[in-house]
Amino acid sequence: MKLGFTPKEERFRAEAAAWLEGQLSGPFRDMRGLSGQGGLPLRRREWERALGAARWSCIGWPEEYGGRDASLAEQVIFAEEYARADAPGRLGYMGVELAGPTILAFGTDAQKRRFLPPIARGEELWCQGYSEPNAGSDLASVRTRAVLGEGLEARHWVINGQKTWTSFAQFADWSFVLCRTEEGSRGHRGLSYLLIPMHQSGVTVRPIRQMTGGADFNDTFFVDARTDAENVVGAVGDGWKVAMATLSFERGVSTLAQQMSFANELRAIMSAAEANGLIQDPQIRQRLAHAYIGLRLMRYSALRMLASAEAGKLSNEAYTYKIFWASWRKKLGELALDVLGPRGEIAAGASYEWELLPRLFLGSRADTIYGGTSQIQRNIIAERALGLPRESRSS
Amino acid sequence: MQFAHSEEQQQIRASARALLSARAAPAQLRETLRTPGGYDPKLWRTLGDLGWMGLAVPEQYGGAGLGWVELCLLQEEQGRRLVASPFFATSALAAPLILLCAHEAQRRELLPRIAAGELRIACALSGSDGRPPPDGIGVSLASSVQGFTLSGVSDFVIHGDSADLLLVLARTALPQGMDGLSVAAIPVTTAGVSVYPHVMLDLTRPMSRVEFHEVSVQREQLLGEPGAAGRAVEEALDLARIALAAEALGGAEQTLEMTTAYLKERVQFGRPIGIFQALKHRVADMMTEVEAAKSAAWYAACVADERREELAEAAAIAKSYCCDAFFNCAANAIQLHGGIGFTWEHEAHLYFKRARATATLLGSPAWQRERLVRGFASGKSATPIF
Repeated sequence: MKLGFTPKEERFRAEAAAWLEGQLSGPFRDMRGLSGQGGLPLRRREWERALGAARWSCIGWPEEYGGRDASLAEQVIFAEEYARADAPGRLGYMGVELAGPTILAFGTDAQKRRFLPPIARGEELWCQGYSEPNAGSDLASVRTRAVLGEGLEARHWVINGQKTWTSFAQFADWSFVLCRTEEGSRGHRGLSYLLIPMHQSGVTVRPIRQMTGGADFNDTFFVDARTDAENVVGAVGDGWKVAMATLSFERGVSTLAQQMSFANELRAIMSAAEANGLIQDPQIRQRLAHAYIGLRLMRYSALRMLASAEAGKLSNEAYTYKIFWASWRKKLGELALDVLGPRGEIAAGASYEWELLPRLFLGSRADTIYGGTSQIQRNIIAERALGLPRESRSS
Repeated sequence: MQFAHSEEQQQIRASARALLSARAAPAQLRETLRTPGGYDPKLWRTLGDLGWMGLAVPEQYGGAGLGWVELCLLQEEQGRRLVASPFFATSALAAPLILLCAHEAQRRELLPRIAAGELRIACALSGSDGRPPPDGIGVSLASSVQGFTLSGVSDFVIHGDSADLLLVLARTALPQGMDGLSVAAIPVTTAGVSVYPHVMLDLTRPMSRVEFHEVSVQREQLLGEPGAAGRAVEEALDLARIALAAEALGGAEQTLEMTTAYLKERVQFGRPIGIFQALKHRVADMMTEVEAAKSAAWYAACVADERREELAEAAAIAKSYCCDAFFNCAANAIQLHGGIGFTWEHEAHLYFKRARATATLLGSPAWQRERLVRGFASGKSATPIF
């Protein structure tokens, strides 16, 4: 057990902090504190490129692909400093945290050379094509089909189908898509993990309006869309394994960055409670303490996960992390509205648009649904981590 | 930065677990609970021979010089087995209090005897209402011709009926809060000391009321300077809270394992009941709490060794979260075991009662949370929110 950092790591911290401070007080002053997908897309792309140019985008990656070969401790330090500087949420998230690590783990050398540097430079943005209208919790029942063309067309996959809940699709240059490549296959078999360019006539993106009033995610339609035959990660037919590995990358250092936005929300609730005097209310005080404790525990659990990841195992805390934070944040949303009181139910302007805390109240209802519902998470914990018998699934 | 137990630490855990599963299995625990004093003297001697009591005592005082992380591993493993012994009171509460509070000569006299397993110490800290000090302290210290006099009542004294030595927290007449506190170290046989054991809700942690009738105390029996023990008491209490959190974590882990095993073996409707989602989801929630409790307890133990400036906050977080988690897990264990879980014969109730009593001890979860809010509302929080 060791919590402290070495002098070398502390020097790394100073370097990162200085760069972030210089950017966010200088050319990117307007970006400080932006969360989610808010703000001008053009500015957010510029921020991604600035991170990339200074090689701060994917520091854990090998140098040859635009990273710094940074140790886990250094990645933790950078996430902490990024948070402390109140730097904006990453538009490049899907590429940096999901597509990139998957390609690093399963891709060919040619794929790594082609796809990793533009992600690290902040030039190509990605989105994830997993869920479909009829493949939600039962993800293995995806129906989007990909077929290798024949004759002159044999150099392409031709893709048809619909993906849904594709966050960032409106900005993305590429998508990683779970497709059925074996005619007549069912379930986990016969799936492949394809990389598909978004800018082509066969791909249409249609925003989905959510209960928050905003539209952060989309339906994505593939109608005879194409991608080169070599753009499959892992073997053809091995897509399920690759897709599941991608999900496990979501439990990495990026969870520390996610906690940063949670901390901002909690801070805003505390300020509101101090401003309107509810900080004196014993019940509100208890709930604030619960929220604070939950946030700290997420941080400690993330540090444990990183230590386990370094030891190369998927640990117990990784199984329970998602359900912990998602349940926590939903309660935080309820606390937010209780602290705001009746005024919290009045929008600031003439449209259905909300400030941070009402947005948290509404938005957090999705947390226990996306990325595996809390009910599915509980099944996974009980069956895989605790070894309880599986229910027989109808075929 | 490596937030995981080292190989040596894992070895300490493994050997503790092996020893306790041989020497403190459920049948032996039952036996111990019928023993006067409520602990197993043979096991206590073994633990002493193995150096458990001195694990976190510095080497210059005859201990192994390891840290709170290691001591908390022993606490966690004892928590799994509900080991009833003066270990917590002696090594996790009295030892740090002596280390933080006493003069060098007193340390040199007392700590080696703790490390050698020769002393069972009970701490008389709370008054009759059981609130954590400094509230409700029921013993006062007055100057007298020969030295000092202790009078009053202390209650909730853990293993008070089997202790050799008492550490008594007493207040000099006027001051409030943590000011004006003294700690006296007196043999339990001192004239004017009477010990009355209670029947406790928790069968595994005996407690007594201790009365002090004009008890004469010599100057050298006061640890450190008279009236100046406040800060040391505060710090020692937080260290003890962290040790209790580790113990609660062990209890929570054990109830989770017991329950999971039962769901696999119990058959109803022709199937092991663990196949039903209504039950799966409850054990999944137990595991989620157990994992978060590990993070809380382990981090707090690290803080005790490495970052004392965060101690109060880490202790409040660990004590409140781990105790709540233990209670929820123990309550679920009863429910998921069905009728058998409600019997005296099954051990689920022992965990449930221990969970409740551990939550109460040294400040309830709600009390810890209030303390946290006071910390950050006053801007005194040691750590930024992120």
